[in-house]
Amino acid sequence: MATMIKTETLKYAYPVEEGEKQTFALRGVDLEIEKGSFVVVLGHNGSGKSTLAKTFNGVLLPAGGKVYVEGMDTCDENLLLAIRQRVGMVFQNPDNQIVANVVEEDVAFAPENLGVPTEEIRKRVDDALKAVGMSEFVRHAPHLLSGGQKQRIAIAGVIAMEPACIVLDEATAMLDPIGRQEVLSTVHRLNREKGITVILITHHMNEAEEADRVIVMDDGVVAMDGSPRQVFTQVDALRSMGLTVPDTVDLLDRLQKDGLDVPLDALTVEECAGAIAAALRAN
Amino acid sequence: MEPILQIKNLTHTYGIGTPFQRSAVEDMSFDVYSGEFLGIIGHTGSGKSTLIQHLNGLLKPTSGQVLLRGKDIWAEPKKIRDVRFQVGLVFQYPEYQLFEETVYKDIAFGPANMGKRGDELDCCVREAARLVGIRDDQLEKSPFELSGGQKRRVALAGVIAMEPQVLVLDEPTAGLDPAGRENLMANIRDYHRNKHTTVILVSHSMDEIAQNVDRILVLKSAHVLMSGTPTEVFARGGELLAAGLDVPQVTRIAMALRERGLAIDPAVYTVQDLERQLLALRKGGAVC
Repeated sequence: MATMIKTETLKYAYPVEEGEKQTFALRGVDLEIEKGSFVVVLGHNGSGKSTLAKTFNGVLLPAGGKVYVEGMDTCDENLLLAIRQRVGMVFQNPDNQIVANVVEEDVAFAPENLGVPTEEIRKRVDDALKAVGMSEFVRHAPHLLSGGQKQRIAIAGVIAMEPACIVLDEATAMLDPIGRQEVLSTVHRLNREKGITVILITHHMNEAEEADRVIVMDDGVVAMDGSPRQVFTQVDALRSMGLTVPDTVDLLDRLQKDGLDVPLDALTVEECAGAIAAALRAN
Repeated sequence: MEPILQIKNLTHTYGIGTPFQRSAVEDMSFDVYSGEFLGIIGHTGSGKSTLIQHLNGLLKPTSGQVLLRGKDIWAEPKKIRDVRFQVGLVFQYPEYQLFEETVYKDIAFGPANMGKRGDELDCCVREAARLVGIRDDQLEKSPFELSGGQKRRVALAGVIAMEPQVLVLDEPTAGLDPAGRENLMANIRDYHRNKHTTVILVSHSMDEIAQNVDRILVLKSAHVLMSGTPTEVFARGGELLAAGLDVPQVTRIAMALRERGLAIDPAVYTVQDLERQLLALRKGGAVC
């Protein structure tokens, strides 16, 4: 499969004031993200996961190593516009990324800047708002919307650009469970139907259940990389990195230690209940 | 127990006379008891934020009353400032409201405005910082040098330093990672236990609410849908789901196990409880 984003011994250090010691937020990250995949990046605060995300479309440039977006080097200033058109970012706080006074104008901002024809913009804006379930708010003022609604507008703004890849940097952190679910199913659908690569940065473990791949960052390096099952069954390792495991895995881990014959990798509620019921019957 | 706050038929309507007229809170009535840890849950748009802004008079009811120790907080509008000292509100993302040069000065702002000076003020500031886990050597730093989680602690300390009788926290752990969330909640639990203050926690994380509070108030479309202990509320897990609310993952596992014919208590909401019940089932052989 083709590569969407590739990093080579990527390093990054935030600027420091004179006399302070420089610490690297990223200390050599080698990753290859396949086109069309759904990747979740987990890690506690300060693990480097958000820094990593910001290097994916040149918001931050490497202090060492390289980042390539579809083969384009993010350090090449001439390619930056093309790169940002390919990789759209959605950040945690929607208030920092809404620019217009009317919802539809905000969503139209990026395609207008890209020179998309007017009729096409109309269609993209309507489609994008529909994709995030906000069609009825097309003429509302963004500042009167709730936090969750604003975030969906911000996501619509990125979708309207029709990027090849969307990076969501803790974009669900401010949403309630319903809003979070809507955003998640939206990005899953965009991934499935349009083949858009999705990179979801989060610390909500259950958002990773349906991902193709889970990458765990710790102290500026990739600590784990694998399928959700491979990653979440490493209960002790995850806990030592300040991460919690889903309650399903926690329960199965405890029952296993109690001597019950259950697997650890029944991640979803239904799988977990099924595994427990089967084990109790066999007992 | 004495009610410290009484909400009586509270209604708040935004945009009266415009096409956007909408009641965010409608005919809501409930009591908050002195010393309790109350959780308020409801999804976006359920009226949580509008409701809590009435508790210290940031919003004035369209109709209805808010009583603090039996007295309508709007009986003397000029004294609403006193109400704000007694009911401390910590907003969502309070770290955006930090503004002073040092952490110490930021925490001292509220109590200094209340007229505290000298040793009394110093004592307040240090006590509040200690309660939220800010180290002494951090007090002279600029609040903007701190990490997100620490900034939030400073903002929280700034409200705690005013020694409010009721502390209202709007999504205090939003955006923090699991370790940061658990740390901050542990500080808040300690504060509640040691100070016997009334704490109202607004959250949309059912898990967080389940693990911390004595009583839960569930809001749905501007009304109170349920009120009761976590056990009572989660026993109605099906209703919560139907109302578009989340239930703790453990409660969902318990519901799925019941569907499979296992005799699990529907009100279970912690991993430990569910583990205990399953082990008891194994021993009793009560599996059909």
